[in-house]
Amino acid sequence: MYSTDLRTDAEKRRAQKADAKRSVEDAAFLDAFQARIDAGDIIEAKDIMPEGYRKTLVRQISQHAHSEIVGMLPEGNWVTRAPTLRRKLILLAKIQDEAGHGLYLYSAAETLGRSRDDMVADLLSGKAKYSTIFTYPTPTWADMGTIGWLVDGAAITNQIPLCRCSFGPYARAMVRVCKEESFHQRQGYEIVTTLAQGTPEQKQMAQESLDRIWWPSLMMFGPPDGASAHSSQNMKWKIKRHSNDELRQRFIDTTVPQAEFLGLKIPDPDLKWNEERGRYDFGDIDWSEMWAVIKGGGICGKARIRARKAAHKEGEWVRAAAAAYAQKRNSEKAA
Amino acid sequence: MNSSPNFIGAMIPAKPETNFVLRCADNAMILGQRLSEMCGHAPELELDLALTNISLDLIGQAGLLYDHVQTLEKLAPNADVLALTRDQNAYLNCLLVAQPNVDFAHIVLRQYLFSTFQKRQYEALLSSSDETLAAIAEKSLKEIAYHIRFAKDWVLRLGDGTEDSHERMADALDCLWRYSGELFEKDSVLAAAIDAGLLTDFTDKYEAWQIEVVALLAEATLTPPDDTHMLKGGYQGHQEDHLGHILTDMQYMQLKYPSLQW
Ligand SMILES: [Fe+2]
Ligand SMILES: [Fe+2]
Repeated sequence: MYSTDLRTDAEKRRAQKADAKRSVEDAAFLDAFQARIDAGDIIEAKDIMPEGYRKTLVRQISQHAHSEIVGMLPEGNWVTRAPTLRRKLILLAKIQDEAGHGLYLYSAAETLGRSRDDMVADLLSGKAKYSTIFTYPTPTWADMGTIGWLVDGAAITNQIPLCRCSFGPYARAMVRVCKEESFHQRQGYEIVTTLAQGTPEQKQMAQESLDRIWWPSLMMFGPPDGASAHSSQNMKWKIKRHSNDELRQRFIDTTVPQAEFLGLKIPDPDLKWNEERGRYDFGDIDWSEMWAVIKGGGICGKARIRARKAAHKEGEWVRAAAAAYAQKRNSEKAA
Repeated sequence: MNSSPNFIGAMIPAKPETNFVLRCADNAMILGQRLSEMCGHAPELELDLALTNISLDLIGQAGLLYDHVQTLEKLAPNADVLALTRDQNAYLNCLLVAQPNVDFAHIVLRQYLFSTFQKRQYEALLSSSDETLAAIAEKSLKEIAYHIRFAKDWVLRLGDGTEDSHERMADALDCLWRYSGELFEKDSVLAAAIDAGLLTDFTDKYEAWQIEVVALLAEATLTPPDDTHMLKGGYQGHQEDHLGHILTDMQYMQLKYPSLQW
């Protein structure tokens, strides 16, 4: 997910060691904080909080923000080629929403004491991560539909519980973001519907896009629970409400009937309804692919970061000019 | 819906009124398309949002205008075919709007020159004999006021910012000023549209426009090149090479899959 912990085991161990060394928080302090959480208190940015809680949130919220921003690029790939004016307008407005989400989330993270500049620097240096889904290419127009349907759909599945996250600024951001994401999801599904009900070549375009994006969208929920070491602490702090596997299952259960309705086939031969569980069983996910993407950037990861770096670099002279201009006006006022 | 077996290309407008509205539509469309290239790539997130906003406004205006063209003379099976499939020389936008996004200086100066012109052009439509067109102009003018404000602020900041930004603005001005003459040119099509009551004659505002723009540029410590040979021809379909590359992207889907629904 946009905010799923994507650190490798080695990275997590290093962070834990560093935390242990620095920690001056005694048990009484941690217990008192936990009691607030257990009582359902909403933690605000000015409240005292354990360093681990703060750091987890900064990592999670900034990674979420980076995902929104990098996520503009695969869709930006089709803005100039959108098939009709209406579709172009909808796509532009969607990407604009994502930029808004990014800005909004950067501000939420800034309340915890990390500057947006520092967070962006971490993204550009490769230190910070972003959702693996945005490293995949978007070779056809159908991908604009499938991304809205599956990627925004998966984001909603993950983010609806985050609306009740214990950290107030993040929870409030999620309420606003979720409304727009569900709009995006419906628009995406509408594109796919048009294709699925179109000519055979349009239907094929939709199917091939689903074939490409299905498994990567399941990977968005992060590694299986056994392998995700931080989940339980985050659950205790109510930063996370459900396990990766539970959220993934929910997403599958809602999405499969939507695909069936359109006559599209989910590319998983093991997918079948389990009467007893009342849920879908599904095939094994190739986690080696996800870790390869996290470590190596996948097909488009390098291009995505290069694009963000280029934009940032082009911003340098613009920011310098704005600052110089403002300073001239200020000194005029002073004079 | 389909009066023509051919879903590619469009007929040439017969009436000057239609021709004029098509020029307005193409201006908005091509500049909106140019700006949309920046989506996800602007020098700052806030600027990404602002440029996308302007792009959305312009493409929205273009959509209304193409729909209206279709009611004046049905030039194509539908407005998307009209907007997205014509030959390069059937596009009637002014040359300025197709100029490339060289850097942010070029982008904001192009916007400033265009939007200040567009304001005068659309004001001349407010009392149009064509009520739909007057209504589109009225709605658009609210958007244009924002475009002008945004562009103007940045022309000032970049012109009177650092040495580097000033040089970039000077270069943009050197490149783009040459296209400003066309904006206010009164050719036979425009003259006929004015005679028909479609709009009042905004070309007599050329001097006032120049005075306003030159004053703002002076405030930004910039001077337009003198003795400029003005480049023209876009409104008559004599387009520069830039447009061909814009169209390659813009027309890709409609040309590859003619007549499909999306
Ligand atoms: Fe988003
Ligand atoms: Fe979204």
